[in-house]
Amino acid sequence: MKEIIITTIAVTAISAVFAFLLTLADRTIGDYGEVKLLINNDKEFTVRGGSSLLSTLIDEKIFIPSACGGKGTCGYCKVKVHSGGGPVLPTETPFLTEKELKSDVRLSCQCKVKQEISIEIPEELFNVKEYIATVEEMENMTDVIKRLKLKLPEGEEISFKPGQFIQLMAPIYDGNDEEVYRAYSIASSAADKTHIELFIGYVPGGKATTYVHQHLKVGDEVRINGPYGHFYYQDDNDREMILVAVGTGIAPIFSILNHMKEENIQRKARFYFGAKTPSDLFLLDYFKDLEDTLYDFKFIPTLSRVTEGHNWDGERGRVNNALDKYLTDTEHKEAYLCGNPPMIQSVMESLKAKGLKDELIYFDEF
Amino acid sequence: MIELNPFVIFLAAIFTNNMIFSNFLGMCSFIAVSREIPTSLGLGQAVTFVLTCTTIINYLIYHYILLPLGLDYLRFILFIVSIAAFVQLLEMIVERYLPNLYYALGIFLPLITVNCAILGVSLFMIIRKYDLLQSIGFSIGSGIGWTLAIVALAGIRQKLKKASVPKGLEGPGITLIITGLMALAFIGFSGIVQIQ
Repeated sequence: MKEIIITTIAVTAISAVFAFLLTLADRTIGDYGEVKLLINNDKEFTVRGGSSLLSTLIDEKIFIPSACGGKGTCGYCKVKVHSGGGPVLPTETPFLTEKELKSDVRLSCQCKVKQEISIEIPEELFNVKEYIATVEEMENMTDVIKRLKLKLPEGEEISFKPGQFIQLMAPIYDGNDEEVYRAYSIASSAADKTHIELFIGYVPGGKATTYVHQHLKVGDEVRINGPYGHFYYQDDNDREMILVAVGTGIAPIFSILNHMKEENIQRKARFYFGAKTPSDLFLLDYFKDLEDTLYDFKFIPTLSRVTEGHNWDGERGRVNNALDKYLTDTEHKEAYLCGNPPMIQSVMESLKAKGLKDELIYFDEF
Repeated sequence: MIELNPFVIFLAAIFTNNMIFSNFLGMCSFIAVSREIPTSLGLGQAVTFVLTCTTIINYLIYHYILLPLGLDYLRFILFIVSIAAFVQLLEMIVERYLPNLYYALGIFLPLITVNCAILGVSLFMIIRKYDLLQSIGFSIGSGIGWTLAIVALAGIRQKLKKASVPKGLEGPGITLIITGLMALAFIGFSGIVQIQ
């Protein structure tokens, strides 16, 4: 008995001494005091030094896109650090290209704030906020795609451009042992600032999609942040729009078309939508109706695998085939592409072959 | 046992009783971080420093706390605790006051916590009943020996990049074979002095 007590006391005491020393060191050596954080040579913050740039920015309510939560594995949280960031660490180099290294790009989750630091982030990130939204509606669009309508908390608003995306957090659940953020395009109209709608396709084994498809229920709360993205409706011109989407790539196009309808924009638009089988198609009637309500709009759905016996009178083949058939010239036109990388790649090539300039092709890879 | 001079132990720990080549301790970082000479030299220096400091701390813990209380069976747990705590402390100090060294070592510092050569030295020091001076000689020697081994291996691996290694042996496979050959070569020193 005596031995047990002595053992316990000895182990506890020695561990406590080390713990005390470490806490002391953390308070003294690890404390970098208050340092100045300068963003875009414009906004100045006084922050507590010692933690990573990413978490320091989150404390100041500035959200940098990050999918891994600061572990240095996703490489999304890139910001430009002009001074005070120290040298680039070995944990960052795998994620940075030669060009990025030259222009001071760093991973904000690895770069620590220890002294006066000057960084540059895209201006629109100041608009990014975090919301705890409530699931208001949930609906199966196809066997694998769900529509989600989220309501923002009372009194909070989100202002985004049609085509931008938000990040949704999948919490820890049975079968997922870490919090992950995944990006989803906003499908709803930008005019409704208190709700957002998402189309989420099921990916076998996907952490966030499994969460949404199998665990999430109406009335649940989800953590989202946004808006992000350079893919959005360009309102500074009146070029004819070539819209191309496959699968859940329909979401940002849906938002853009709704925006055009609500604002009554007098602009020509052609929407090429590709799917595999008839069961992958959704919102067909909605887009057909838009042909009547929008100024000059044509909806061209195309199926690459029409099942036997199904009565399909639309286009067949990939979206490329439909484009080749209907798109004769690219004079005074611009393109918006949404979908998987191979589709974007091949559509881009055929658009360029038709003479469309690079800078007039906007795309969002899923 | 003949009373050994600390300096003899120091030399023996480098050549005849090298931690890697005669005890095969600390192999994980030895294989993982031996691709380039500068990084392996940096890690070797860090290991030597941590090794020396933790051996002294552990010597004091063992002889002034554990032995008088009859708790020497707790040495495994407490040695690991003290090594882990020391590395943490060292990391904070280096980060604050020697930023250049911190950026050079960076991710290797935490790796040292789980380097078994460090725990091995603390345990050998007890098995072989060294006094404080002998322990210090042994720990510095072991650290230098470990550095020598990892730098030599890094040198060989840098040359090996240009060699055509059979596909199945690439990476750790050929590294282990090289380590074996190096260990054989180090046996050549064993006639000089033996400390175990």
